[in-house]
Amino acid sequence: MNNDSVLGFIKKNTMILVLIAVVAFFSFQTKGALLLPMNVSNLISQNAYVFVLATGMLLCILTGGNIDLSVGSVVCFVGAVGATLMVNKNLPIWASVLIMFVVGTLIGAFQGFWIAFVRIPPFIVTLAGMLAFRGLSNVVLNGLTISIKDKSSFVNLFGGGADCYIHDFIGNGSLNLTCLFGGILAAIIFVVVQAGSRFKKKNKGYELEPIWKFLVKTVGIVAALLAFCYKLAQYKGIPTVLIWVLVVVLIYGYITNNTTVGRYFYAVGGNEKATKLSGINTNKVYFIAYTNMGFLAALAGMITIARLTSAQPTYGQNYEMDAIGSCFIGGASAYGGIGTVPGVIVGAVLMGVINLGMSLMGVDANMQKVVKGAVLLAAVIFDVVSKRGGKLIVKN
Amino acid sequence: MSRLFNRKNIRIEEKKLEIEGGVNLAKILLEMKNITKTFPGVKALDNVNLQVEEGEIHALVGENGAGKSTLMNVLSGVYSYGTYEGDIIYDSEVCNFNAIKDSEQKGIVIIHQELALIPYMTIAENMFLGNERGSKCKINWTETGVLARKYLDIVGLKDSTQTLIKDIGVGKQQLVEIAKALSKNARLLILDEPTSSLNESDSKALLDLLLKLKKEQNLTSIIISHKLNEVSYVADKITVIRDGSTIETLTKGVDDFSEARIINGMVGRELSDRFPKREPKIGDIMMEVKDWNVYHPLYSDRKVVNNVSMNVRKGEVVGISGLMGAGRTELAMSIFGRSYGENITGTLKINGKEVKLRNVQEAIKHKLAYVTEDRKGNGLILTNPIKINTTLANLDAVSKNSVIDKDKEYEVAVDYKQKLKTKCPSVEQNVGNLSGGNQQKVLLAKWMFADPDILILDEPTRGIDVGAKYEIYCIINQLVDAGKSVIMISSELPEVLGMCDRVYVMNEGRMVGELDGKEATQEKIMTYILQSSGNKEVK
Repeated sequence: MNNDSVLGFIKKNTMILVLIAVVAFFSFQTKGALLLPMNVSNLISQNAYVFVLATGMLLCILTGGNIDLSVGSVVCFVGAVGATLMVNKNLPIWASVLIMFVVGTLIGAFQGFWIAFVRIPPFIVTLAGMLAFRGLSNVVLNGLTISIKDKSSFVNLFGGGADCYIHDFIGNGSLNLTCLFGGILAAIIFVVVQAGSRFKKKNKGYELEPIWKFLVKTVGIVAALLAFCYKLAQYKGIPTVLIWVLVVVLIYGYITNNTTVGRYFYAVGGNEKATKLSGINTNKVYFIAYTNMGFLAALAGMITIARLTSAQPTYGQNYEMDAIGSCFIGGASAYGGIGTVPGVIVGAVLMGVINLGMSLMGVDANMQKVVKGAVLLAAVIFDVVSKRGGKLIVKN
Repeated sequence: MSRLFNRKNIRIEEKKLEIEGGVNLAKILLEMKNITKTFPGVKALDNVNLQVEEGEIHALVGENGAGKSTLMNVLSGVYSYGTYEGDIIYDSEVCNFNAIKDSEQKGIVIIHQELALIPYMTIAENMFLGNERGSKCKINWTETGVLARKYLDIVGLKDSTQTLIKDIGVGKQQLVEIAKALSKNARLLILDEPTSSLNESDSKALLDLLLKLKKEQNLTSIIISHKLNEVSYVADKITVIRDGSTIETLTKGVDDFSEARIINGMVGRELSDRFPKREPKIGDIMMEVKDWNVYHPLYSDRKVVNNVSMNVRKGEVVGISGLMGAGRTELAMSIFGRSYGENITGTLKINGKEVKLRNVQEAIKHKLAYVTEDRKGNGLILTNPIKINTTLANLDAVSKNSVIDKDKEYEVAVDYKQKLKTKCPSVEQNVGNLSGGNQQKVLLAKWMFADPDILILDEPTRGIDVGAKYEIYCIINQLVDAGKSVIMISSELPEVLGMCDRVYVMNEGRMVGELDGKEATQEKIMTYILQSSGNKEVK
């Protein structure tokens, strides 16, 4: 009702405000170390897999709070297969990458089949997948580590190793001008698109969000974008992996927001029976969600083995938890039907900042887990309670 | 008719005088005084007064949403003391109930419309759930069984106490609920629509049980019901609630207990102007169903639709009347792309051509629409805005290469909002925040946008207020005027009679009658139903 009020605006963007507060807190605690160019750059490289997996997880969660527990194991398995092919079998990179995508997608489709058409609970199917593919990773790798040569084109392509930044074509000094100009260009495109859509709406006489809201949003996003690019430019420029993340985020943001398939995910999670009676094949929606999760897990697998320049049977542990956590912290509903890609990205960044901030502060790794758990619980409590109209305890 | 009424009224006046002359000795068991309950933005109850004497059966009637259930929730402590205004005086003391347990301790037991029994537990376990015999650490199963038997005998249920709830029918489950209530030493039993899912004979048995308990155990009951014939049969007093206020209390033997009289109180106006006029322009047969059989999806030996044949013409409103559970929804959904049931057999012709609709997509493609009776459960996505709900069944019409044109979607939603006079601040509003009537309009908009030729409307006015009903009727008239066919499933007889050009009567899965709209009356329809009940071999 009060969507136009300042309070409503704050309520809608709570997680962004929390993110700002958390960033401020850790910058203060670490005497600014958090926002050093190197750390900002690391935040991206370290968490790239989370962004990719969380985007895929969002689609699963949208269908009704269903999660995919197997992604960590699938990441590891795909990585193991890829490393074996590239290093041991000397397959060309393009073929290895292709096979990795196919393997990941097939795994997703296999799990999706049981979930969508046989209606086995996703929790069970993916728990089984989690165990099985962890075991298979070990089998593929014989329990050993396969090292991938640093600065090989695979590693460079997926943003790992020593040379994992986009080459600076323009500048040659301390500031990476390619990165800076890229940021400015993105900002300009963003403003033009936003203004254009508002102008079009106004011309057609649609209702508009209040101008102050529009300005706060646009200016805020542009400022964040430019500051971020400036930080990256001060360090070594655009991490290669950021391109992958951007591509995934933009494509899936577009799919969920603008396409009929995207709409189906929200519809199934909102009310499956109504969706079915509207002539939508709900089985297919589940199937797509889990197949796609497998596909993105394959991408995350490539990013992971590139970053660590090796494949090991222990890789990808708890990745599923990072992805699930990011979704829920980013405002996806535990009951499905609600959640956005930008929200999930905010959630993932928030988790990343908390991780990084605590590491910089020298907080014990075990305590870090405690804090992360607390944040996740708090976020979901907030979501559930606020949907209930602010009542904390459900009456017996 | 009205002359008759007047004469009756005079007689009633005389009787009243007689009674007031004598002294009324019965004890008042419950008095609810000036109860006001407000929900955010809505006054659900406004100064409601209710008096129930010990040992009487008191019926509470009113339209859906009139506030009956809210009142009973206040009484039983679902809404705790302090969340409402007014006093509850029970057994001559003021009560402040904070939870259902408090009211149960005093002997007030409520039986909800949706039975609160656990299917995979036995009758005895269910009866003493939350009230276990024996100590906390050790349940005394012998005592449980003996006591359960005792109360089951009182309600006349012969099944073993060890039978699982899932294995007995709804009628018997209702008896278990009553036995459960008695085992809690109930003095005041509240039954919310106890017969809504029972067939005629089970309903009769239940009502007779209430009368017996009243006589033998001096049990007081409050019964909420829409079935006015049952109310007049069983009740000693009837309190009518409309729009959150008590309108009147009628007493048996003093006031007129006829259905017309009660409806008058419920609706607050005469029946005649409830339906908009229409000149029927009826064309050729649009859809025809022949020898249609549907089996229950879980109990595959149960036939829910039995050899049904029917048709609907262009520009015609055809009603399907019947009691709840007659198989009407099942028939409609099985036609609509086999969205219900198994082993469906029979032929379906649309525009004279036989078609096989294997799923909902195909049904929609053949210009068929089914507007569900359960708009919250099966119809709308409550957490999504109006515009998204409006386009859901026909997303292709607002998208190109499966990319949604959001401007177009917005325009469509606004267009339907204006056409159907949906009351909402904007089409960006979540459907969950709308009133029942407006939700129904969004649901109608969704299916009108799917551009069907045949619309099956299942209970299109359930749970919405009189004003919104009238608007829905106008929309139905517009649809048939535009050459569409409408099949209207409705349990409200006046609605069927007021709206339909032709009426089918369905009972226990079979079509048991067909009437022309002009010659149909409530009596005729009810006769068809009663004659066919329990007389399975006819026709």
